[in-house]
Formats: sequence, C-alpha cells, structure tokens
Amino acid sequence: MTATSDREQMAYISSQAADARVNVELDTGDMTLNIGPQHPATHGTLRIACQLDGEQVVVAEPIMGYMHRGYEKLCEVRTYPQCTTLINRIDWLGSFANEVPFILAAERLMEVEAPPRAQWIRTILFELSRVANLALFLGDMGVQIGALTPVFFAFRDRERVLNQIEEVTGGRFHPNFDRIGGLKDDIPKGWIEETHSVMVKMRTFCDEMEDLLVGNEIFQARCRGVGVIPPEVALSYGLSGANLRASGVDWDLRRDANPGLAWDQVDWRVWTHPDGDSFARYWVRLQETREATRIVDQLLDGIPSGPIMAKVPRIIKVPAGEAYLSTENPLGEMGYYIVSKGDLGPFRVKIRTPSFNNISIVPWVMKGVYVPDVITILGSLYFILGDIDR
Amino acid sequence: MTTLLALPYWQETGIKLGLALAIIPTTSLILVYLFLFKMMAFMQSRLGPNDTGPYGTLQLIAEAIKFLQKEDIHPAQADRRVFRMAPVVVLASTFLLYVVLPAGPDAVVQNLDTGVFYAMAVSSISVLGILMAGWSSANKYALLGGLRAAGQLIAYELPLILAVMGVVIQAETLNLQGIVEAQATGEIFGFGGIGNPFILTQFLAFLIFMIAAQAELTQTPFDMPVAETELVGGFHIEYTGFRFLLFFMAEFGTAFAFAALASVMFLGGWWIPGFDVDDNILNVLGPGVMLGKILLIAFFIFWVRFTYPRLREDQLQKFAWKVLIPLALVNIVLTGIFKVVF
Amino acid sequence: MTDETPPEDNAVVDEKREALLAGLSESLGEDLVESYLRPHEDLWLRVRSESWQDSIRTAKSAGFEYFGFLSAIDWEIAPEGRYEDTEFDGGLEEEDEEPVEIDSSTGYGGGGSRFQLLVQLYSLSQQIGLILKTDVGEDMTIDTIRDIFAGADWHERETHEMFGVFFRGHPTLQPLYLPTEFEGHPLRKDFPLLARQVKPWPGVVDIEEIPEHLEAQLEAEVMAAFEANGGAS
Repeated sequence: MTATSDREQMAYISSQAADARVNVELDTGDMTLNIGPQHPATHGTLRIACQLDGEQVVVAEPIMGYMHRGYEKLCEVRTYPQCTTLINRIDWLGSFANEVPFILAAERLMEVEAPPRAQWIRTILFELSRVANLALFLGDMGVQIGALTPVFFAFRDRERVLNQIEEVTGGRFHPNFDRIGGLKDDIPKGWIEETHSVMVKMRTFCDEMEDLLVGNEIFQARCRGVGVIPPEVALSYGLSGANLRASGVDWDLRRDANPGLAWDQVDWRVWTHPDGDSFARYWVRLQETREATRIVDQLLDGIPSGPIMAKVPRIIKVPAGEAYLSTENPLGEMGYYIVSKGDLGPFRVKIRTPSFNNISIVPWVMKGVYVPDVITILGSLYFILGDIDR
Repeated sequence: MTTLLALPYWQETGIKLGLALAIIPTTSLILVYLFLFKMMAFMQSRLGPNDTGPYGTLQLIAEAIKFLQKEDIHPAQADRRVFRMAPVVVLASTFLLYVVLPAGPDAVVQNLDTGVFYAMAVSSISVLGILMAGWSSANKYALLGGLRAAGQLIAYELPLILAVMGVVIQAETLNLQGIVEAQATGEIFGFGGIGNPFILTQFLAFLIFMIAAQAELTQTPFDMPVAETELVGGFHIEYTGFRFLLFFMAEFGTAFAFAALASVMFLGGWWIPGFDVDDNILNVLGPGVMLGKILLIAFFIFWVRFTYPRLREDQLQKFAWKVLIPLALVNIVLTGIFKVVF
Repeated sequence: MTDETPPEDNAVVDEKREALLAGLSESLGEDLVESYLRPHEDLWLRVRSESWQDSIRTAKSAGFEYFGFLSAIDWEIAPEGRYEDTEFDGGLEEEDEEPVEIDSSTGYGGGGSRFQLLVQLYSLSQQIGLILKTDVGEDMTIDTIRDIFAGADWHERETHEMFGVFFRGHPTLQPLYLPTEFEGHPLRKDFPLLARQVKPWPGVVDIEEIPEHLEAQLEAEVMAAFEANGGAS
C-alpha cells in the first residue's frame, strides 16, 4: 500500500510542479480567492486567502480571529470553577473532554486526586465526547467531498451519544460537569445498559461509513495522495491527534502520558497510518472512533464503587505553582498551562489547543493543490473554530 | 394529434404551446418532490417535508411562493443585462428539448427527422447560459463555477453524442419516433418477442449515455460547477428569488428531459414491450408508460447523486477523455460491424 | 491541602528525568540558568535569552522534536486586580480564615524580568515533556525559533500581538487574531478588561453558605464515605 501511494504522491507532486512551471513561463496573472469567512467548508468563520493560478493554489494563508473571544484573558479574572464554563466552549463538539485537562491541571497543583470512580466516569464521558465529536467528522468529510448522505447518518447516530452524555451531565453540548476533586454527580440508573447499546449502534455507524466512503473509489481518488504531511513536518508543526498518527507517528497521550485517567485499565490500541494523506487521516479517525467505543464498553463493565468527590474545600484556592497538563482530545493534544499565585483564580492560563497547531500547517500543505483539494485538506485536518480562536 | 383531433393549425399550436409551457414546472415538480424530497430523505433516514399538505406534497408550492417573494438582487458589479438573461437562456435550452420528445405515436410537439441531432444541439445551449451567469455575476466563485461548467459540459457532450451514435446506427434513423419504431419492431438475433429495446443490444452505449448525462446535468459525482462545499453554488451563487428558481427548474426539467431521451433511445419510449397495441390507445397510454420509464431512469440518476462524492475537475476530464470517449468509439465500431455482418 | 498529600510522594525520585536533566545541563552548559524538576511532570529549564535559539536547537537534537506551544507570561500583578465585586465578596473574605496571599515569586525556574517566554517540547521516544523558559529583556526582543520549529511561526505571531514581544528574524509579525488597527497588547496584565470594569464580576459570591449545624454533619458523612473506601483520595 505504501509503495503505491508513494508513487502516486510523487507523480502528483511532479505533475503539479510541471504545471507550475508552464504557468510561470506563460506569466499568467494570479487571482485571490477568499474561502471564508462565511463558507460551508470552514464550518465557522475561518478565512483562507488563496492566491490562485487557474484553479491551482499558489499561496494559501489562513486568516482567523473572527471568533476570538479572549479566553486566556477572561480566565485570569475568574475563579477555577468558573473557568470550566468558558473552557467548555473551546471545542464545542467534545466539550467534556475540554474540561478534563484543566481540572486535572488544577488538581495537580492542589495535589488532590479524584477518587477512582470519578476517574473512570471521567474517562467514559471523555471517550463518549470523542465518539460524538469524531462521528460528526466522519460524516462531515463526506459532505466536504460532495457526498451528502453520510452527514445525515452522522447526525442521526451522534444524537444517541449526546443523549447519553445529557443523561449524566444534563447538558448535550456544554456539560460543565467536571469538578476539581471529582464529578458533580454520579451516573443515573440504567445508564450503563443504554450506553452499551449505543456503542453497538456507533460501531454499526462506523461500518456504514466504511462502506459509504472508505470503500468508495471516488472518495479514495479525492483523498489519496492529497495533502501529504511527512512525519518530520508534522512534528515540527506540532500536529497532534489523528493528524499526527496518520503521518505514521505512534504517539497518543492517552497511552504515553496518561495523567491518571482509566485508559491504562483497559485493552485498546493506537492506530497509525503510514501515508500521511487525507485518506489516512480519515481512516485513522474511523478506527479511533471504533476504538473509543471499545474503550467505553470495557470501562462501563468495570466502574469501581466509591465516592465521586474527593475532599476539597468549598472555596477553592490553588497553591502557587505552575502545571502543564494535556490530554488526547478528539481533535488532538489539548493542554492547559496554569500559573497560580495561590489565588482564587489562575494567574495565567495558556490554552494549547490542537486545532491551532493543526491549522498552522495549512500554508505549507496547500502549496500547489487545486481548489477542491483545499476543501479536502481542510476537512481532513479537522478543526473547530472555537478551538483555533479560543 | 392529427388522427385523434382535427384542429385548425392555430388551435393545435396553442395547445402544444400551453403543454410545453406547463411541462417544465410540472416535470421538475415531480422530480423534486419524488426524488429530492422523499427518496433522498428516505435514503438519509430523515423525514423530509411532511407538514405542508398530505405527505408534504404542497411543500413545493410553498417553496415556489417563497422564491417568488424574495428580492431580486443584482450584485453591484454585475453585467446586468447578461445577468438577467442567463437563467432564461438555460431554461430556453430545456424548453427546446421538449419539442422533440415523443410521448405517443402522435403525441409529440414536432416530429423532426433530425430529432436526435436537434436534441443534442439544443441541450448544449445551456452551457452558454451557465457561462453567462458565471461571468456576469462578478463573483470569483461564480466565475470558477462557470468555467468548470463550460469545460465539463463540452467534455461530456462528446461521449454523449458518440453513445447516441450507436443507437442511431442500429436504428438507421435520427428521428426519435423512428428510434422507438425500430425498437418496437426490432429483433434480437432473430428473437422478436419483446422487440429490441436498445438497452439490451446497446448496453455499453446506455452506460456511457447515463454517465455523460449525469455530467451534463451537473449531478453528483459530476457537480463541480455547483459544488456547494467548494464553490458555494458555483455559477448561480449570486442569483436570488425567481431567477434562482429558473435555474432550479431548468436543472430538474433538463434531468427529466434527459431521462426521457434515455427512455426513448434505450427503453423504447412510449412503446410497451411485448404488446401490440393500437396507435390511438398508445397515444393515451403512451405518456403513462413513458412517465414510468422516465421515473425509473431518474431514480438511478438521483440514486447515484445521493450516494457518491464528487470528483475533482482534473479527474473528471481524465475520465471523459481517457475512458468514456474511447469506449464510445469502440461501441460505434462494434455496432457498425454487427450492423454489416447481421 | 498539604496535610492530605501522602508523605512518600515527595520522596519519589524520577530517575529518568534526573538523568535527562543531567544530560541537558551538560549540553546546554552556561546557557542553562535554572532548572526545576517535579517527579512525573514536565521538566522546567530556564535558559539565557541571548542563547535562546541555540538552546532550542540543543533541546531538539536531544530528542525533543515535537513542538507543543510557545507563549509568554506577564509576571506583573494586574493593577486592576481580579475585578471582583468587593461589595459581594467582602463578607465572605472576612469569614475566610486565611486571606488570599499573592505569591510574588516568578514561577518554576525563577526569573528576573517582567515577561517570560516559554516553549513546551516533547520527546516522543522518552515520553517526557520539556518546558523551556527565558527572560525577555527591556527591549522586548528575542530571536525567532520558527526556523527550528516551523509550528512556532503562528505562536510567535500570537505572542507578539498579545504581549508585544518582538521576534528577531520573523518575517510576518502581523496580528493573528486582532484587527490590524487594534492598539495595545491584551494579555499584558496592565491591559484593562473593559467589560469587567463596566460590570464587576461577582467572584465567589455564588457559593451558598451551608448552615452550621449541617456543615459538621455533611463533613462527617463525606469522611465516613472515604474511610469506607479505604481512604483513597
């Protein structure tokens, strides 16, 4: 597989180089095309200013900030529990997963550890939000490429996961459920059974996507060899999540830097793909969704008993210190660098979001591609605007 | 209609004109409701419109009223006259197609001897309208869409015509009624029980025709000129209200017309296979039979549309020039050989 | 919270990180000013700002080839404070036994300047994170590292607009998030947060007080639950 795709890549790159040469000789004028800020492919308000030569991109420069909300500044004037409300709205498709690293970082500074039951439920909800988030990607990628049907399937099945999250947390999108020292509530009765059945449905959904898209010749023709990111480049740009693993780098924070959640208690594997193209990114995410349902299934069967809150004071003051903690969120590595001065709220919070790094590779990867490939690459890099702009 | 009714020329023309005017809204309504609303919703496991009228049948009327109410906006930089003319040109091409489509032995607006040739010719007028729309909108997306459409429609015109050539050679006529006749009276290697629907003997041509038609209609997987997620609607991005409705109707009207062409050339049109029915009865039954065949073909067109992702522009051109056209040429040669040998 | 920390936690020696620290301080030599190590966490190193590029390069060649992020910290205490509404919070503060003490130190690795730059790197092979810090001098200028880690490009642009740090050798220090006509550097502590000045934030006021007779009871219940589970915390 690798050999063929390498050859395809080389042929693709050289053909584009040849095209570029011809165009230089003819000295054709460039056209600037603004993709966004209101464009269906940017699902949000990202703007990509493309210099086009015909339909070929010469320079693509992402311009953002249309949704900059200044969360880092706002966190400085809030108390720790209040911060999670903001943090929920960074990656709005996997909100619960956003809260976890922040809470864990604060817990690390306070030297508090949540009881095991809370850690397990945290992990379950974390993986559920991963499924909810990635399910939408799996469908949405189809729409970006022109197949309308997968996204409807995605919305249909994602709703089931959101229902499960809602049943525990009370919120579909912004649960705000994680607390320093544990969780707000325990899981309701009958929830474990329901979640098991939802996970079965999600696996069926993954199979459907495999049939509809992965096995489709046109999908492969559109994605294979498009937007190839070699591993060294991926590392130096700080790509994370499936984007990094699709470039063949075997790195998953859940396994390699587990901050104490229950991932080490279950049997699962990290998927990588050697190609580094858009297809690889889709494929890795598909496998990860499956893997996440497996993790949830195993975790559900082994939730330990006990309290869900550690003993923490009512008014939370975090001792002075610094902590950086990141987890493997649906989009990639999301981390919080918290500087505390012993106050009620953080002194400085640096939010390291996955999409920011993932999108910063756009000018590099989009040189010489065609306009339709811009959409494919954007779709396969998978970003969420709130995650870029914070 | 001479056998059924003997009407003065002006009355006959009036009726035909009325029918032709009514046919595009009706046909596009049928396709949009049946396929775009109901079948698509069913395939995508959602409900589709179901509030307005029984099973949402009146939804289209509501949509049409909505479109009529909308403001007619021209972009500031647009070339106004061309901008206004473009949807009319596209729709005119669709209208002209219906002139030669037969719905019964006599139920045809004009029975042209060069029917196939005429249909192929007028169907390419729509390219002009699309280019006009793309250019005059003063929008880069529209321009890209227009240029893509021009490239694509011209590239796929060729396999379309070449595929039809096989049928024409076999039927030995360019007249669409003659083609139906040839299928009704034809035999497949001596067996004439069901006539000779050309889908059986010209299956390759049928496939090429359907693929090329899909591209001509700018339906997925060949919908780059429209490409919602890239070009946000392509050539009709700047159109609102009624002018957009014209494009929309033209799209589905043309889809219907192409399905009709395919059913005439490959499924035997108004003729019922295996039954020898009187012409007068066929004039009444024919449109129904025809509609059934058209919907069958339209079903496949839309099925593909809802299932497949879209190709890239270069892949599309490659497919046309490297696969479809050689295949169509091979088909012509084979048809010629068989025609001479048998 | 210190009383809850199991004592053996402090005694943990993280040999892997100790060895790494030793290796890095050898290769960095004089450039390393201070270091800080907490077991099983990232490693903090503060390097001289003159050799910022070299230190990053050294770290990269030592296996830290994954670029996490680059940002800055403004260590000045915000003149406006936390914009908390003292009218609401005042009462609660009095009841609180220990008043809020603002720690005046400048974090792990120390540092003398108001602004500090920090970069987080990973070593995938050793599975260790490294946080490199450096002081930014009065001229607010430092060498760019975008040639070493391409991903630093945008992070430097962001740091430039948010803190006003100039990166020597960075060709496109245009604003990333803010509009071009925006004045000031929002993440500096002296940049006022207008929305909060207009309407003070209620701070911790939303915590309802538990009646005294219930408080003791609640505490006992929680403790009982803990002990029932082997006192795991």
